[in-house]
Amino acid sequence: MRKIYDFLFKENPVFVLVLGLCSVLAVTTTFEKSYTMGIVVLIILVLSNTIVSLIRKFVNTEIRIPVYIIIISTLVTIIEILLNKYSKPLYDAFGIYLPLIVVNCIILGRALSFASKNKVLPSIKDAFKSGIGYLVAISLFGLFREVLGSGKITIMNDISILTGYRFIIDVFNNEVLPNKLFLSSGGAFILLGLLIGVINAFNGGDE
Amino acid sequence: MFEIFLTALIVENVILTKFLGICSFLGTSNKEKNALGMGISVTVVVLISTILTYLINKYILIPTSSTYLQTITFILVIACFVQIIELIIKKYFKNLYDSLGIYLPLITTNCAVFGIILTNIKMDYDLITAIVNSLGSCLGFILVIYIFSLLREKIENNDILKSFKGIPISLITAGIMALIFERLI
Repeated sequence: MRKIYDFLFKENPVFVLVLGLCSVLAVTTTFEKSYTMGIVVLIILVLSNTIVSLIRKFVNTEIRIPVYIIIISTLVTIIEILLNKYSKPLYDAFGIYLPLIVVNCIILGRALSFASKNKVLPSIKDAFKSGIGYLVAISLFGLFREVLGSGKITIMNDISILTGYRFIIDVFNNEVLPNKLFLSSGGAFILLGLLIGVINAFNGGDE
Repeated sequence: MFEIFLTALIVENVILTKFLGICSFLGTSNKEKNALGMGISVTVVVLISTILTYLINKYILIPTSSTYLQTITFILVIACFVQIIELIIKKYFKNLYDSLGIYLPLITTNCAVFGIILTNIKMDYDLITAIVNSLGSCLGFILVIYIFSLLREKIENNDILKSFKGIPISLITAGIMALIFERLI
């Protein structure tokens, strides 16, 4: 229990290291977009770490950043084509933030600092660790933002073409909440600031 | 045209409403000088890569119907271009390199650069409009990062909760700025 808590909140790439914030802030207007983005990043992270680790002996240090960027952008392009074909609404909802996964600091960061120096299996394990941390962070933030901003939890709507049914839970609807503020960009910044602050307070209180 | 410029500058500010370039925004905005340095480097890279990517997209990718290669091509253009700029500045403008040099490698992975270029392509802007949009977005980037660096020096000296120091309070300040910017026009 303790280990899981530490893993999720003390070593989280988003809450603690503050990496990859662009997508965390941009696509989290619904819970569905948040967790699908998390899954996409997790898949790309695992694949890119695997490939980078496999070719680590052939790439010398001077050209490694361009090489890694090509690997990552190839993977992103594959995902883009697949999403465009099989789940168009989700592809449209992500917009420019889907190609922007290429410059997500978490993926390039793990490739440079871990996968380029380690064997394949540890690299895959490392990718899962960071990727799941990112997935939990973005889903949690998306959940808060959608509940406070539109009073619903969208579990399946855009991806209903793939799964076959829609699933949206209504949480509450009164005069104070939902408040559109939390869906706007300012609200996203404030909510993320508060969330990180609260997590810091919990982490500090444990010591 | 002027409308596009103003929209890019304030209403759809790259940092505050499109959330691009947050890493460099939080990382380099602790000092006035760093903020301006980063802003100017980003502007130069964005303007020139806007022109390059526009030409590549129009004369190579669209005629050969290989627009699915956009992501790879654009990021390569940016990465190569940043390397070239770094070499040129290092060779001929030593003073400038000493003050801007450290930001240049960071620009490749700055989402603002890639994001602005992708927006230009997605919106099907022609060359002039694309340049105007890029210029507006970059000036918006400089404006926000500069104001924020001034605010941040003040905030650091204030009495705030320990767990909110640093990133959390910066994010909340940015949020308040975003709310103001949205209502400006």
